[in-house]
Amino acid sequence: MSNGQSERREMTGAEMVVQALKDNGVKHVFGYPGGAVLPIYDEIFQQDEVEHILVRHEQGAGHAAEGYARSTGKAGVMLVTSGPGATNAVTPLQDALMDSIPLVCLTGQVPTSLIGSDAFQECDTVGITRPCTKHNWLVKDVNELAATIHEAFHVATTGRPGPVVVDIPKDVQFAKGFYVPPQMAPRTSYQPKVQGDLERIKAAVELMASAKKPIIYSGGGVINSGPEASHLLRELVDLTGFPITSTLMGLGAYPASGKNWLGMLGMHGTYEANMAMHDCDVMICIGARFDDRITGRLTAFSPNSKKIHIDIDPSSINKNVHTEVPIIGDVGRVLEDMVRLWRATAKTDKKALYPWWEQIAKWRARDSLAYKMNNDVIMPQYAIQRLYELTKGMDTYITTEVGQHQMWAAQHYHFEKPNRWMTSGGLGTMGYGLPAALGVQIAHPDALVVDIAGDASVQMTMQEMSAAVQHDAPIKIFILNNQYMGMVRQWQQLLHGNRLSHSYTEAMPDFVKLAEAYGGHGIRCEKPDELDDAIKEMISVRKPVLFDCRVATLANCFPMIPSGKAHNEMLLPDEATDEAVANAIDAKGRELV
Amino acid sequence: MNAQLQPTGSAYFIAKETEKPENHTLSVLVDNEPGVLARVIGLFSGRGYNIESLTVSETEHEKHLSRITIVTRGTPHVLEQIKHQLERIVPVHRVVDLTVRSHEFGQERPLERELALVKVAGTGEARVEALRLADAFRASVIDANTEHFIFEITGKGSKIDQFIAIMKPLGLVEICRTGVAALNRGPQGM
Repeated sequence: MSNGQSERREMTGAEMVVQALKDNGVKHVFGYPGGAVLPIYDEIFQQDEVEHILVRHEQGAGHAAEGYARSTGKAGVMLVTSGPGATNAVTPLQDALMDSIPLVCLTGQVPTSLIGSDAFQECDTVGITRPCTKHNWLVKDVNELAATIHEAFHVATTGRPGPVVVDIPKDVQFAKGFYVPPQMAPRTSYQPKVQGDLERIKAAVELMASAKKPIIYSGGGVINSGPEASHLLRELVDLTGFPITSTLMGLGAYPASGKNWLGMLGMHGTYEANMAMHDCDVMICIGARFDDRITGRLTAFSPNSKKIHIDIDPSSINKNVHTEVPIIGDVGRVLEDMVRLWRATAKTDKKALYPWWEQIAKWRARDSLAYKMNNDVIMPQYAIQRLYELTKGMDTYITTEVGQHQMWAAQHYHFEKPNRWMTSGGLGTMGYGLPAALGVQIAHPDALVVDIAGDASVQMTMQEMSAAVQHDAPIKIFILNNQYMGMVRQWQQLLHGNRLSHSYTEAMPDFVKLAEAYGGHGIRCEKPDELDDAIKEMISVRKPVLFDCRVATLANCFPMIPSGKAHNEMLLPDEATDEAVANAIDAKGRELV
Repeated sequence: MNAQLQPTGSAYFIAKETEKPENHTLSVLVDNEPGVLARVIGLFSGRGYNIESLTVSETEHEKHLSRITIVTRGTPHVLEQIKHQLERIVPVHRVVDLTVRSHEFGQERPLERELALVKVAGTGEARVEALRLADAFRASVIDANTEHFIFEITGKGSKIDQFIAIMKPLGLVEICRTGVAALNRGPQGM
């Protein structure tokens, strides 16, 4: 805290906003000015402790703040005006809610005297954002402004993290009042439980020690809990010798090079991870939420296992899947107890696990991520493999958009550390990756930040190339360009008789010229044997890059659990004939998303 | 919910899935601040839960606390979700499932009362009959002229339902009900 004095100081609401940001350790704010936030922008202009990153669209500000938060573990902050500024923030707010990202969104509002009068650029911001935030506030009294902003940071970053909105009418920004530093007592109704019940952790350890076919299934909660949680997870895996898989959001918590790693699970997870989930006798779910992309058909989900579920949010327990040993608490704290208890009481009989590992080895030998290499056309999987090989030794952060490229990135880019992988998991927001990369690059100016993108998604927030150029953020946008909305097309092939309704982009921009138009650098690559040199060029350029990687247009993403199917009913790449694809989903699965 | 319903034999088996919807009465203690009711109601509509009855009023003025009483319908699994989802709302202090609590006390249900104002218009025999029945139901007359009565009646929902049904042929004009107010029996608070 830059200001620790406890005496109340008189200042305007706008000054309070900037002071509160400083006192909460904020260094960067992503935003876009407008009528109802001008007083705050005037204060930002007159100081240089908090740096403002001007985006081109409020959605970009939100995703940039999310990328910033995800890669640093700190809250991301966005500042937008009333009305359209606030409504444009809705998508990133919901995105942050579903992926539990701490995001503080400050919105301007019309003056209190005009609220409810349909004033220019008025909207019911707290009403619109109520269901897409963890909590929100409309501040009508300047003397409550500072405490409200401090509370907003507290709510966003503690418990299960999430987005918050503080709506500040313009007259409150001008009004004078007393500033209080962030030292107030937290409200009594908000007391997240972080310490797990010791008796239950003991029961979990006992159950784990008795397991013959265990599996650890970890998620984004491990990453949200902080680097210590990832460290403890690795320790637990080493101690127990259990196999581990992870959700999309949890990649990097356990290193992909670790010997117990089975790869990602779920709809596009590996065969070995999904089969092990289906056949296990004890499942240890750590900071994940049994999402439908993970479980497949619920009635057939891991039918013979007892389940341990560690989650900070009690509403995640027993929501989709019944759990025998629920443990409510922060993953890091619970793992600390669990590791300690395991050391004290349990001993792994690694021999007892031998048949299980042998079975896993058989599944692994199925090589479910295999694809047919082609010497004339770049296979999308190959493009990601080469990107990985050429960047793995560097200080690299990866973001993605949403679609086939996202799944290929999760399958073929291997993460060794937490906070290195930024993707829109729960909401599946196309257009997330480019602005998120901007946010990551602002937080880590010297790192290599690559957005693995699809040609369709990236056009949704392409305008932020301009922001990247303005702020000297040399983000690399690695576009797997197949001219299709690939995942939409894949589902049309699965569900709708290969009638490709509007999933082909007939007028694709020239991404190289587009990059140059923005003041960035454009690269195009069409041949597999030119790929390595092109990627090296991309890495060496100190400018935002649009890399137009022309890939096989009709490649599909496998393996896949078709909707309505179980983990042991995967469609594997070598079995995915046109006929198998057309018949993979039955009438019931058709209704699912 | 996973349809794997067989009991697992675990000591930590939380809610047994019976898949039969039940009516439960929840008491929700909240900070009395703008938007808090909208948060609670929005949760129910957003997640597709039912509200059979809703009553809300400030109960502790100096602490700015309000008590919301909700009668909702769902399977035990859904009811448990509703409770946890309500607890996630930042200004929510406590959520107690009064029905579950009353079962713990060995009672069938919590104490539940509702107040209704019932307007009945008519003359002659119907009017006399309405007054006589109101008396039998211990409803009191709070407004009347020669052509109408307004009765005030308090009691369980079923009693009020019955009273209204009886008044229907006797010239029932309109009804206003408060929704359920509920407490658990015994000396303990929520």
